[in-house]
Amino acid sequence: MKTIVTLIRNELKTLWISPSTYIAAVLALLIMGFLYLATLFALVGDEQEALPPTIFLSTFWVPVLLVVPMLTMRSLAEERRLGTLESLMTTPVSAAAIVFSKWFGAYTFYILVWLIALGFPWIAAEILQQPEMTSRFFDQGSLIGGYLFIALSGALFIAVGIFASSLTRSQLVAGMLSFSIIFLMIIGIAALRLIEAQSAEWDTFPIQWLDYLQIMEHFEDFSKGVVDTRPVIYYLSGTALILGVSALIVESKA
Amino acid sequence: MDSPPYSIEAKHLTKMYGRTPAVRDLSFQVRPGEVVGFLGPNGAGKSTTLRILTGLLAATSGEAWINGISVAREPSAIKRQIGYMAENNPLPEDFRVSEYLRFRARLKGVPRRELRSHLDSILETCDLHRKARRKVIGALSKGFRQRVGIADALIGNPQITIMDEPTIGLDPHQVILIRDLIQNLRGRTTVLLSSHILSEVEVCCDRVLILNQGRLVASGTPAELRETFVPGATYRLEVIGQRTVLESLLQKYAADWRHRFDQTDDPKDLRLRISTDERDQEDPTQALTNAIHANPELTLRAWHKIDPNLEDIFLIATRRSWELSEEALRDKNSGNQPEVIS
Repeated sequence: MKTIVTLIRNELKTLWISPSTYIAAVLALLIMGFLYLATLFALVGDEQEALPPTIFLSTFWVPVLLVVPMLTMRSLAEERRLGTLESLMTTPVSAAAIVFSKWFGAYTFYILVWLIALGFPWIAAEILQQPEMTSRFFDQGSLIGGYLFIALSGALFIAVGIFASSLTRSQLVAGMLSFSIIFLMIIGIAALRLIEAQSAEWDTFPIQWLDYLQIMEHFEDFSKGVVDTRPVIYYLSGTALILGVSALIVESKA
Repeated sequence: MDSPPYSIEAKHLTKMYGRTPAVRDLSFQVRPGEVVGFLGPNGAGKSTTLRILTGLLAATSGEAWINGISVAREPSAIKRQIGYMAENNPLPEDFRVSEYLRFRARLKGVPRRELRSHLDSILETCDLHRKARRKVIGALSKGFRQRVGIADALIGNPQITIMDEPTIGLDPHQVILIRDLIQNLRGRTTVLLSSHILSEVEVCCDRVLILNQGRLVASGTPAELRETFVPGATYRLEVIGQRTVLESLLQKYAADWRHRFDQTDDPKDLRLRISTDERDQEDPTQALTNAIHANPELTLRAWHKIDPNLEDIFLIATRRSWELSEEALRDKNSGNQPEVIS
């Protein structure tokens, strides 16, 4: 336990002093800022049923696809390339502890970026100075539900990034791999679901499975304030499974 | 509990990478407190063996023990007994020396109360206690980085220190510093270090293991190896006088010895080496010296014995193992059973 705390502290320190973390954060916030601006324009353009936090957070996959690879691709791949992973493995530290600390560090920064994004509605409210709009910007149900979804799905996405990083010694390969896997998880499964719904004879995958894995669908539930335990279990068990596999990989080819 | 007789023991270690053997049937022992050098040409299997001993790599067959504990069965237990400095000495570039070493110390379970004094003493041993401790590792020179690597290996007072090429890429001054550092460790821990710089191993180590193509081709103290691989003797002689006169004396008193004259500018300045490969050849020193003294045309200027250095031993030992394996290959191709290769 004490070693995990040491590893996590070291990991946070590494992320804190590495420029790539800041580039990832700035890039993500830049994109999120534009997406929030687009949300505001959509609100002005015509009457919107959906609340501003829901519209904004429904574009979560755009920053996710950029931030997650950037935050995670370095972690294990770089340590493996430098050989520091090997010297870490010669201390009495388990591979699981190493993988968990990597995940925890990246996850902390991921959440931090999303928390900074909470500044957007605040800035919008300050500039617009309309009490009626302000209450919609900070609609509690959609905001809390949406952020709960971000936190849960983020755990899985970061785990996928760490997994990709554990497979290779090249940061570039790790980044592209995690981008591809997350793209398939979010867009690929949605596309499969769409194809299955449209054609009667094409049913390779049971429709319930695809429904269960629909990340976009989960988001809609959460943003309405509906917290279903099934997606919660999906994200938590998925995170644990992928981190476990990553630990096995680190152990077998340190 | 009695302390185990060997700090490191390897029995029939074999490691295959696909179908290529990196280490073949390697067995050796290291006693507590010994400083042992692991020699071999590039690709001989030194690093692979060291990685097996630290539990980083699993052997294909065979077993290794660290202080009597099986590496394969209790990898976490042996990690507490070993300080390891990996090949190329990987270090994080962005950390300060003291920060990095503190991190490593906490990972290795040094109690918080002893942390400061422990690190201070290690920094002092490795001569890092002055300005260097506050520097960022990425900005250090290679010699200092190497010392950080050794300091890291010493954290937690391991009973066994394993160093993979600790002096690679250093200039002669730095090599001497590192060598002194290793001498400092004598008596504190058992040291196993790999290298292909022979002079360094000759100075530092009590015993030498020579590896070639994954096999142990020689093992023993430098003196024992000299005896086994380079029997006989070599002398160097410097004489002023006529070459023909000296040659006739050599013919008379050292007929069984080979001699070779060096090229010199002055035909009267004679420099030569006389040598034999026979173990029990009669020593001509006394007779030849007397004869030269007695001859008015010759003046003896220098006469000394040349001990074969580890380089000669290494070359002979590795060449012999190549010849043996070629022989085995030929035997195999002609359908005969190969001889036992040791």
